[in-house]
Amino acid sequence: MGKKLLLKNDHIPYIHKLSVYREHGGYSVLEKTLKTMTPDAVVEEVKKSGLRGRGGAGFPTGLKWSFLAKPEGVARYLVCNADESEPGTFKDRYLMERHPHLLIEGMIAASFALGANTSYIYIRGEYFYVARILEQAVAEAYEAGILGQNILGTGYNLDLHVQIGAGAYICGEETALLESLEGKRGNPRIKPPFPAIEGLYGCPTVVNNVETIMAVVPILELSGDEYAKIGLGKSAGTKLISASGHINNPGVYEIEMGITVEDFIYSQEYCGGIKGGRKLKAVVAGGSSVPILPADLILKTANGEPRLMTYESLGEGGFISGTMMGSGGFIVMDEDTSIVKNLYTFARFYHHESCGQCSPCREGTGWMEKIIGKILDGHGTLQDIDLLWDIQSKIEGKTICPLGEAAAWPVAAAIRHFRSEFEEYVTKPDSIKDIKHYYRLQN
Amino acid sequence: MPIVTIDDIKIEVPEGTSILQAARMIGGDIVPPTMCYYSSLKTSGGYCRTCIVKVEQGSAKDPRPIPKPVASCRTTVMDGMVVRNITSPENLEARAGVVEFLLLNHPLDCPVCDQAGECHLQDLSYENGKSETRYEFPRREFDPIDIGDKIKLHMNRCILCYRCVKVADQITDGRCHGVINRGEAAEISTYIEQAIDNDFSGNVIDVCPVGALTDKTFRFKSRVWYTKPLDAHRDCKKCSGKVRLWYQGEEVLRVTARKDEWGEVEKNEAGNADWICNECRFDKKEAKDWTIDGPTKVDRHSVISANHYEGLKMIKADTLRMMGAKPHGIKVELGEGALDPNNK
Repeated sequence: MGKKLLLKNDHIPYIHKLSVYREHGGYSVLEKTLKTMTPDAVVEEVKKSGLRGRGGAGFPTGLKWSFLAKPEGVARYLVCNADESEPGTFKDRYLMERHPHLLIEGMIAASFALGANTSYIYIRGEYFYVARILEQAVAEAYEAGILGQNILGTGYNLDLHVQIGAGAYICGEETALLESLEGKRGNPRIKPPFPAIEGLYGCPTVVNNVETIMAVVPILELSGDEYAKIGLGKSAGTKLISASGHINNPGVYEIEMGITVEDFIYSQEYCGGIKGGRKLKAVVAGGSSVPILPADLILKTANGEPRLMTYESLGEGGFISGTMMGSGGFIVMDEDTSIVKNLYTFARFYHHESCGQCSPCREGTGWMEKIIGKILDGHGTLQDIDLLWDIQSKIEGKTICPLGEAAAWPVAAAIRHFRSEFEEYVTKPDSIKDIKHYYRLQN
Repeated sequence: MPIVTIDDIKIEVPEGTSILQAARMIGGDIVPPTMCYYSSLKTSGGYCRTCIVKVEQGSAKDPRPIPKPVASCRTTVMDGMVVRNITSPENLEARAGVVEFLLLNHPLDCPVCDQAGECHLQDLSYENGKSETRYEFPRREFDPIDIGDKIKLHMNRCILCYRCVKVADQITDGRCHGVINRGEAAEISTYIEQAIDNDFSGNVIDVCPVGALTDKTFRFKSRVWYTKPLDAHRDCKKCSGKVRLWYQGEEVLRVTARKDEWGEVEKNEAGNADWICNECRFDKKEAKDWTIDGPTKVDRHSVISANHYEGLKMIKADTLRMMGAKPHGIKVELGEGALDPNNK
């Protein structure tokens, strides 16, 4: 069994209730922290722990916190990004559904470290029922004196608000999230200034993912140095992986970073192998926007070493032969999957979710979707594949926010690794009648 | 004060200047084109991505290059920054891509568009675009709508530069239009076709870089190149009263604000743009209403001026030839003085 930090109490019924959570040691870490540590000491522990942002980019959290501007007399905010919208990722939903108090405990500890007295959890609109769970937990915490004025008798004040978004992928981008939180149209801001300097309502703000904030609790419990020993090298700690696709046991798994990808896919503890004993074809390792990798490259790096579930190992080889840890949305595809059809689904998603603010993404995402659709319908030409490649290269890096890249990378990777499949659709239009063209939902 | 190098030309600029402003101080062909940036509107710029440039050296302190192209209108210069615009084939290629995206859903109805001849998108595509499109799907379509009795909105032509939204926000009171919907379906609109009724609402026509917002009092009257511009003024209680009259024969067909060489409304000594009110724009169309200041100096963005497209094309071709580069996406190293014509 791998080490469990966030999900260690997962088996306990009613852990989402405050009384049960406290019976199992809940809020004791917070109490110790508020009573014995200074805010700077908390930041220092998080820095030592080597915790990296779990939302996708993997930026060191302690470093992000230390960038926060601290001008006199200006409020500071902590915002929890619970707008988990990356296709293939559902770990935050699981965490919030079952462990809302762990999130609140982490929010209070992190807000204390940052000197924030008002914090927000911005949750996506589709998670309205999760928001209700959170709101109940927040109400319980207020009643018990864990939130509000004079938290646990320590003199620290914090107000925590749960805000529901309207259901837009773009609002998971931190500056678009802040705009939306302010009540405006959810368009990403042009950076600089970064939120650490000018964020919510023009005040210094830190935006962190749900899992990142929750991880603060075990860090303070174990101490930063101890946490850093878990995992492998710079990928410290545990990571939640949302495993989906053609596997025997889809679900959310907490892994200690450093296990091999092969182990993750085939061991009974995790995914349990491919459904029906079929062969592995490809894996999208970190949510739909990261490059897809064929079976040989996801199991072994280009050098022939086994690929590990760490930020570094998944990223080895750059985008030529590697991919990214991303948000941990691990989508497994078996040998009968059509990569083109899968890509069409992704492209359609990014087209639908583009905010329309800057031109390459607004126009390019729709164009890519149409071309892939054309190829899928059997009307494509070989030039279309080259055109697709050219379009993605003209979107990538030219946009205001990373949605442009998120839309371009899957297209680039699919063509890079599975060009022959695109060509098959073009040269043998009849192949669209294959079983590959349909999603395998049963057996 | 920071010193920045743009296309091998050094210039010292005040602290806080953007790359684009620095380039405009140098002037000439190295100035990146802009579609959404408007110097007299706060927070404008950054959307259209036509002004992207390559930053080869971030600053003297941190000489690393910026990995992605940056929007020059929203990037502040640092001391020792080295920027490449038209001397980077890679950058020109990226810009051609942006132009292609902007034209993707554009109806290309220039023959019936009032803006033709003074359209920034026309200039942009002549100067930076490709001669043909690779788009073969149906284009996005909207019905033209009236916003108020004087302004027509052709959403098909819009490139979503947000300038008119910023004008409404910053110059008029009580904005009642904005961007609705998302992505490709995003459109400028008043909510449920409300009329824009405001003394300064006509300025949205002046800031529109394309033919999306046009003057209904001038619609289909004449092509702009058949009209003669004259600068004129009148005593107006609401605005500066400094305008440009567009004559055809004895008749004033259209009144607009005066625009500078970047296509923006001219600024007064205090540095504020001379916006004009709707009364001057729509109601004073007789010569006797105005005192004529003299003929307009015809500048860069006008089909009336001498073949400026040709000139620019030749300079770009020279650049590419001198660098021995193929026009498509090939990285080249540029030696010292490579662009000096005496350095053969």
